[in-house]
Amino acid sequence: MIQAIQHSLFAWWPEPLRLVLFLVAILSFVGLNAAYLVWVERKGAGRFQRRPGPTEVGYAGLLQPIADALKLMTKQLIVPAGADTTLFRLAPLLMMSPALMSLAVIPWGQSLAARNINVGLLMIFAFGAINVMAIMLGGWSSRNKYAIISAARVVSQNVAYEIPMLLVVITMIMVTGTMNLTEIVTQQAGGFWHWNLFRVWVNPLMPATFLIFFTCMLAETNRAPFDMAEAESELVAGAYTEYAGMGFGVFFMAEYANILLGCALGTALFLGGWQSPVGILPGVVWFLLKMYFLIFSVVWIRWTFPRTQFYGLLNLSWKILIPVSLVTLLLTSAMMKLVHA
Amino acid sequence: MKNSLKEFATGFNSLLVGMRVTIRQFFRPTVTVHYPHETLKMPPRFRGHIELVRDPQTGKALCFACKLCERACPSDCISVEGAKLEGAKKRSVTNYILDFTKCSLCGSCVEACRDGAIRFSREYNLASTDKADYIMDLFKRLENESLEAEGNAGQPSPPAGAVVGQASSPAGSPGVPPGVPAPTAPPAPPQAEVPKAGQPKPASPPQTT
Repeated sequence: MIQAIQHSLFAWWPEPLRLVLFLVAILSFVGLNAAYLVWVERKGAGRFQRRPGPTEVGYAGLLQPIADALKLMTKQLIVPAGADTTLFRLAPLLMMSPALMSLAVIPWGQSLAARNINVGLLMIFAFGAINVMAIMLGGWSSRNKYAIISAARVVSQNVAYEIPMLLVVITMIMVTGTMNLTEIVTQQAGGFWHWNLFRVWVNPLMPATFLIFFTCMLAETNRAPFDMAEAESELVAGAYTEYAGMGFGVFFMAEYANILLGCALGTALFLGGWQSPVGILPGVVWFLLKMYFLIFSVVWIRWTFPRTQFYGLLNLSWKILIPVSLVTLLLTSAMMKLVHA
Repeated sequence: MKNSLKEFATGFNSLLVGMRVTIRQFFRPTVTVHYPHETLKMPPRFRGHIELVRDPQTGKALCFACKLCERACPSDCISVEGAKLEGAKKRSVTNYILDFTKCSLCGSCVEACRDGAIRFSREYNLASTDKADYIMDLFKRLENESLEAEGNAGQPSPPAGAVVGQASSPAGSPGVPPGVPAPTAPPAPPQAEVPKAGQPKPASPPQTT
């Protein structure tokens, strides 16, 4: 029924209008989420440390992100002397916009995707690579030694983690046979054992594949325990050191927008997207539930594990994640040829 | 190969154990004190700035201005004046100034006092933007204290820790406008009403603003 309502709501719109509607909806969704994920993060950090977190601004600190944003907007935007002004200004936008664009192909519900294109998965990873370049440009153009060290770290870290991530995604494309995210979710219909996460008859290592995906997602969004780019103890704020006011704010929001994107992608790829395990509630709700559960896990992991050392991080990728993801890739292709042929 | 697999398994397991520990903490009640709204009661041996001790019977200061504390102070931050009042057996203190900007809270004055007439207060909200706030008139502070005690004679006197709680109230005063008895307070005895009306701003200077 919900699908019918969604259909009747959106299907008769002329295409350009529909596009604008979805883009505005996605922009505001991402903006609100990025702001309120900061609140979730701070509240979560508080609870994990047995303290209440923000409480003063609004009920339970709910107006805190808005107060923070207002404060950041009143700050002067400083461009350091000798910095490359154009790139310095461009970097935060370059980090934010790919996340926004990628969210256009995420299927929130059965007929609720801004653009249902056949290469959705490819598009997300193509834009995801810009993210790295944005941090690198930000670090390089701000003419600060900490920022540039951080930029170098980000590049090597992201190269290291892009490989297992893409190997995992290739595995998923082989299993599903499509790069269309709506199609991928549709294939996972039925009980929760049809979700890609539990499809062990296709590949017995499927849960491990999901873990690799999740780990790589953490590393690519520079989240703890892989937050090498923003290592306060060694690099001040890393690539963001020289950013003041809303320039920093945009970087900060982009970080959360990327987490949102990563978790949404994980939900669609592995956790059955809008498919409900019990059959109640509309699909969008299930999608959001699963996505927010993943986001909560991201916060949970951040406040549980200490930061890894940089070589430990690269070791994890090159010595464990890449071999294991290669094994899952081989295993999946073998199983598909021999068992499911 | 076998060893590294085993190492991987134990490592992964330790991650899960860690996550179980934190998620348990997540659902437990918080342990922090919500500072401006709640304050901790200071322990009895807390060393705030010194204060004069009131005689519980007369309500006057125990101090009789022997000036031992003044002499004991290594930083020279205490100055005491006393006078022999009519009808009194001993001298009594008339002025007791503590220059808290010089005080290092060594406690020599409290040790030197033979009659237990000074002690450490339990006040810790001592931030101020005005240096003059730290030149503390402890005699006036004592007098205000005894006035307050008389004024509140009908109701239980606030515990020592309560001073701390009030220090953060925005008005900086005990919440009672001069001359207007608090609506909940029982009618105060008349002799307490009069001085209360002319009560100056609380002399205890350290008020956070």
